[in-house]
Amino acid sequence: MLEGLMIGLQTAINPFNLGMVVFGCIIGTFIGMLPGLGPMSIIAIMIPVAITLGDPTAALILLAGVYYGAIFGGSTSSILLNAPGVAGTVATSFDGYPMARKGMAGKALTIAAISSFAGGTIGAILLMVFAPMLSSVALLFHSAEYFALMVVGLSAIAAFAGTGQVGKALMMTILGLIMATVGEGALFNMPRFTMGLMDLQSGFSFITLAMAMFALPEAIFLVMNPARSAQGGEGDSSGKITGLRITREEARAIAPVIGRQSVQGFFIGVLPGAGATIASFLGYAVERNLATKEEQAEFGKGSIKGLSAPETANNAACTGSFVPLLTLGIPGSGTTAILLGALIALNVTPGPRLMVDEPQVFWAVIISMYIGNLVLLILNLPLIPYIAKILAIPRNYLIPFILFFTLMGAYIGQNNATELLILVGFGVVATILRFADYPLAPLLIGFILGTMLEDNFSRSMQLYRGLGFILERPMTLGLLVLAVVLVLLPSYRAMRARKRAQGVADGD
Amino acid sequence: MALDRWIALIFVAMCCIYGYAAFFTMDQLLPPFMQRNPVWPSTFPKLLSIAGALVGLVVLLGLEKQTGEKEPSATDINYRNLGQYHTGQAIGLLAAMVVYALCLRPIGFIAATILFLTAGATILGERKFHILIPVAAIATFIVWYLVQQVLGIFLRPWPTFLVD
Repeated sequence: MLEGLMIGLQTAINPFNLGMVVFGCIIGTFIGMLPGLGPMSIIAIMIPVAITLGDPTAALILLAGVYYGAIFGGSTSSILLNAPGVAGTVATSFDGYPMARKGMAGKALTIAAISSFAGGTIGAILLMVFAPMLSSVALLFHSAEYFALMVVGLSAIAAFAGTGQVGKALMMTILGLIMATVGEGALFNMPRFTMGLMDLQSGFSFITLAMAMFALPEAIFLVMNPARSAQGGEGDSSGKITGLRITREEARAIAPVIGRQSVQGFFIGVLPGAGATIASFLGYAVERNLATKEEQAEFGKGSIKGLSAPETANNAACTGSFVPLLTLGIPGSGTTAILLGALIALNVTPGPRLMVDEPQVFWAVIISMYIGNLVLLILNLPLIPYIAKILAIPRNYLIPFILFFTLMGAYIGQNNATELLILVGFGVVATILRFADYPLAPLLIGFILGTMLEDNFSRSMQLYRGLGFILERPMTLGLLVLAVVLVLLPSYRAMRARKRAQGVADGD
Repeated sequence: MALDRWIALIFVAMCCIYGYAAFFTMDQLLPPFMQRNPVWPSTFPKLLSIAGALVGLVVLLGLEKQTGEKEPSATDINYRNLGQYHTGQAIGLLAAMVVYALCLRPIGFIAATILFLTAGATILGERKFHILIPVAAIATFIVWYLVQQVLGIFLRPWPTFLVD
């Protein structure tokens, strides 16, 4: 491990890569602050830039920097405007925004930055310990187990979608898998479901799809409902950021919160489908329960613990979500799914072999996580009052630019104007799906995993001349059973709860 | 019927068409040597179409009970009364994006982008053209310079008739 760390340090300290971290963090913070552009959209826009760099290490470092910057930027707009750009920072606005209203915006930003820094750094240490362990187990896996593992991942994402939503999430996952079968597959060399269109020969581009699923619907929602950006209204407190310092007592109060939430957030992040949003809400709830009576009264009115908990947990969870990506090659969240797409485009196959074949990529990413967190703390924090000026851009200018960046992201990857029509078409479909409360992340994850799922499935079928691999390999069978249980468990529990409620009503 | 069940209905129909294509149109094209393989290009799509239709039916028939309506938040959008939102502006912007996609090649990146940014802001109600047009032009040139000169991705900046 020490040797690996040294390799990583050597690669990450190289001035060019260092520049990439700094550049990525600043760009990420800038764009992440804008309403409507979450980490997923920003990473998708930055992918063509990263691919042009050519070097997978530098590209991944840049994208990881953008990711951290975007999360930090999202927290900033939650605190200053009560307009969280992504679901992961909603819990931040519970206490961050009241603090800003009390004139303590500077203090809130400092606490958010320190909590993010600590959460991210402790998360990176845990990643360093657990990723090699998991990847040594994963080296024993064959394609049958990979197939089963991906099925588990996809069903876990559906199972975590929430009550009454499991069916919808599964439907979206299958839609993603179906879309992945369009075009020429790697194993068969024959075009499928292209309807004779040349533009579909190589399938849908995942960047276009990512833009259409996330950036475009959000922008349309912003247009339709101006209240969403909360701009220019009475909520705007970006003009008065003062007093970035925090006192020793405050630091002492948040230290245990940071310690607990880093660990808890990290492990929630490792689970597929759970991710930063659940981690931040759970972190907030746990800390409120642990707090003393008078501290509890403060929650929701500007408590520093209530701000620190979701911030720490969401950053630790983001780091945790790298574990399944780097060790198994299976993304657990929309953002890591996009990163996986970028890695494949750069000819790097994430998975257990990554640590053996390309240790410099693996370790440099981990080291750049520390550096990225440090950059956010020492560079971005003092600059926040200036960066926040971007929030003053009038809506009439901001929205056409957001749409333009979305178009550019889809266009420059493919250099094909048809891609833009596909983007708008899917964007409209995605907006309608969002109206009807369908989750969209499962669709994208299904789409990105689809090809790999089919390849591993076909390979196992060929090796065992049929479906025999399911029964002959105990681990595969076990994982598939787990997947079924994960999908059925929520409805079973809902049914039992209903039965019990009925029993009470009957006087049973 | 609520919107989400309409979508499930469309999804089930789509799975049927997809399944029809997988079951009845793909296998004849298969070369004889591949027919001896246990797995065909149509195997996975066949499984997906069956799974998709089943899950779609579960949502369509409402077999999974919804637990309580979520309280609508001020920033969310209720599709039942689209009239109270700026739906016209959103449709206008989407139309502008389609026009942009169609014009990008014929009139070139620079002209198309300046027009798109100006039109987009105009749809949203901006009327100060003496500020808007210079801003759009400067932004377009910066993006063009960054993408084409720095990243090296060719954008076809000028109209077709100037180049050919």
